[in-house]
Amino acid sequence: MRAAAPLPAAPPAPLSCAHCGLPVPSPSAETGPQFCCSGCRSVYEIVHAAGLTGYYAYQDRAAAVAVGERRAPRKYEELDDEAFRAQHLRRDEQGHACADLLLEGVHCSACVWLVERVGRVAPGVVSSRLDLSRNVVTLSWDESRTSLSRIARGLESLGYAPHPLGTAQTEAARHRDRELLLRLGVAGAAAGNVMLMAFALYSGAFNGMEAAYQALFRWASFAIATPTVFWAGAVFLRGGWAALRTRTPHMDLPVAIGILGGYAGGAVSTFTGRGEIYFDSLCTLIFLLLVGRYLQQSHHRRSTSQSELLLALAPQTAHLVEGSAGRDVPASAVAVGATVRVNAGERIPVDGLVLRGTGSVDTRLLTGEPMPVEVKVAERVYAGTSCEAGTLWLRVESAGSATRLGRLMASVEATQRQRAPIVRLADRVAGHFVLGILALAALTFGLWLHWDPRLAVDHTVALLVVTCPCALGMATPLAVSVALGKAARGGILFKGGEFMEELAHPGVIVFDKTGTLTRGQPELVAWLGEATWQAPLRAVEAASGHPLARAIQRAFPENELPVSDLEELAQGGISAKVAGTELLAGSPTLVTQVLGKLPAWAERLVQSHADSGRTPVVVAAGGSVRAVAAFGDALRPEARDNLGQLAALGYRFEILSGDHQSVVDGVARELGIPLSAARGQQSPEAKLRRIQELRERGERVFMVGDGVNDAAAMAAAHVGIAVHGGAETCLKAADVFATREGLAPLTQAALGSRRTLHAIRRGIAISLAYNLVGVGLAVTGLLSPLVAAIMMPLSSISVVSLALRAKTFNAGSP
Amino acid sequence: MSIIFLILPITLLLSLGAVAAFAWATRGGQFDDLQTPALRALHDPAPGPGITRESERAES
Repeated sequence: MRAAAPLPAAPPAPLSCAHCGLPVPSPSAETGPQFCCSGCRSVYEIVHAAGLTGYYAYQDRAAAVAVGERRAPRKYEELDDEAFRAQHLRRDEQGHACADLLLEGVHCSACVWLVERVGRVAPGVVSSRLDLSRNVVTLSWDESRTSLSRIARGLESLGYAPHPLGTAQTEAARHRDRELLLRLGVAGAAAGNVMLMAFALYSGAFNGMEAAYQALFRWASFAIATPTVFWAGAVFLRGGWAALRTRTPHMDLPVAIGILGGYAGGAVSTFTGRGEIYFDSLCTLIFLLLVGRYLQQSHHRRSTSQSELLLALAPQTAHLVEGSAGRDVPASAVAVGATVRVNAGERIPVDGLVLRGTGSVDTRLLTGEPMPVEVKVAERVYAGTSCEAGTLWLRVESAGSATRLGRLMASVEATQRQRAPIVRLADRVAGHFVLGILALAALTFGLWLHWDPRLAVDHTVALLVVTCPCALGMATPLAVSVALGKAARGGILFKGGEFMEELAHPGVIVFDKTGTLTRGQPELVAWLGEATWQAPLRAVEAASGHPLARAIQRAFPENELPVSDLEELAQGGISAKVAGTELLAGSPTLVTQVLGKLPAWAERLVQSHADSGRTPVVVAAGGSVRAVAAFGDALRPEARDNLGQLAALGYRFEILSGDHQSVVDGVARELGIPLSAARGQQSPEAKLRRIQELRERGERVFMVGDGVNDAAAMAAAHVGIAVHGGAETCLKAADVFATREGLAPLTQAALGSRRTLHAIRRGIAISLAYNLVGVGLAVTGLLSPLVAAIMMPLSSISVVSLALRAKTFNAGSP
Repeated sequence: MSIIFLILPITLLLSLGAVAAFAWATRGGQFDDLQTPALRALHDPAPGPGITRESERAES
């Protein structure tokens, strides 16, 4: 996106920000360090005040990210709450409190340096260790000297906003990672040692070897292979057993059959002193499969920690008002009947009635309605919406899971539990594969029983070992992991590889209109009347934070007309004197109240705009109506191109929106989507029903949304996709989400998924080809353990290198 | 060649020692984060309890 946008003409001598190194947009007149934004300035000052200037020596300027406009600093008082402490705090040996926090904005070596010296701004920190790959800082501090909220404020002042992280969950994940790595190490050591002994055995097979030495090597191999198979390889044995018990195909099953078959045959040979052993191949196989498993798990963990960061972004606190004082508490712990204050620009934390104040509330994420709603005293507002302008005092009616948002969340979770799991391609193939192997094993055994009964068991074991599907067990997860990693770098996060496989097949893509196909914010779409009033209107609206005022600020160029007597009226109206003329802008009702009556042409325009779902604003000057402006939710500029590309691949589209039918029709017409597939005024329940209906019809359904009202539908679809900037409820329900603005990530996700599926198929085809050759050799009795030992790694290496080289997602492309 | 009867068990014991060391390092969390420690090594003075380098002493 950034590369595609034409850059504004560079200033003659571009100054770079003293903190982040980005160009300074408007240099100040004073000399000394210059900054790109107020955020960078305050971080720079704090870094200097704390004597941490070493930060700038380590900073990787190329990777720097501007801090951006500073949000109002938070107090983080919820981190000192008893409930939070019970859940997240640990103790170390010295009795210091420990906790993990997820940090926003860490990206380079300098960040590690700065974060680990947070003690300079928050005295009392005993240690601070940052894990850069997970964006997690592990803190321990002296509780008599400081508190977690104070440390959190310190971290925020350095430019790294902290977020709580579920400790129990990460502890379990860490334990799983270490366990798998240990198995991997043991299997690797075993494979190396057994292979050395196998060398001796193979050369002995060609040149002759005394029976005593042969027995020694066999017994030693057996001794090493036994723990490898039953401890390191237990992952596959358990997986295979689970697949058998639940009767679901899984790629662990053929692997387990191969391992057990080979081990049993080798054990019998070792004890009897006759026949072949395959311990070297088995140990190598287990080692390679564990490598695949480990890579898959670490990729998966990285993408989940990224999604956790996104999920943690929303502040879950409420400003409780008690008499004249106030404090911040966790939003779920607010008591019914309490009073809560919501400032402009904040999210409403509870469901409640407005006690005092007026404001403009953005309900887009809850209802799909793009236009902000004006609320007055005694009106009801809901958690999950946000207050755009004005300050509201609310009497809490419900909090936490009892809110409308909470109940919607519960239904999302219920829907997610009911969803049938996706059977992955490798598992489906594995299902057929097992039957094939068993049939071939029976065939081999039968034939050799007929020809030479002494060799029947040997050759059957050889078959089981050589058909053990390495590509299925390793190349597929590897191809998927690599693709997941590339996709994440390109701004698309998949919660699992199975969604990639699903998205690769064309189906119906269902869009929620607001925020996905459109920008989700009001834009000026029509202006009828005298154009000379545009500049005065722009001047009047310049300071207002109202969403419609912001749309006017975007639509017309800035000017410096003198404005006096500015007055903000109810319902988003505004009046002021510009260059001596009284100017009034507001809703038709407001203007009618002031002027008495609208002229007929204005009346007609207002009516037609209202009919097509737009918001009309009447502009009057000097006592008469001069123009009628209309605001609507504008289509994203890239929507048409992206939908065209997807349509060419065979995807079909449908729109389910909470907005007016007429607006939805307009969008559908512009994008060439049939009107029969464009539905407006859809409640969350109606969206869910429609998705279920499509699924029952046998369609593959992808739901693209951004709001809470889409969450249930996303959970019910085959794949739920959340676009950038959505509500966190919607992120929880989503299987795929974009961290970049716009619809381009959707197209890339679909294209990349198709290429990934192609790479998976190619890997499976190659591994099956190797297996076919192996089966031919085994059935005819030509397969010796040496041939098996060569073929196995050869097939692994070829499928793995293909998987790694596959072009799936192009990282860094716009 | 019968020395192999002695050497092989010794080799296996050595390998067992290596595996045990690996297990100890893994359980101690030394492989949890493979990215940050490499960057941390570049920082001067190295963070750690009780270590004060010349440069830091001069600073304070």
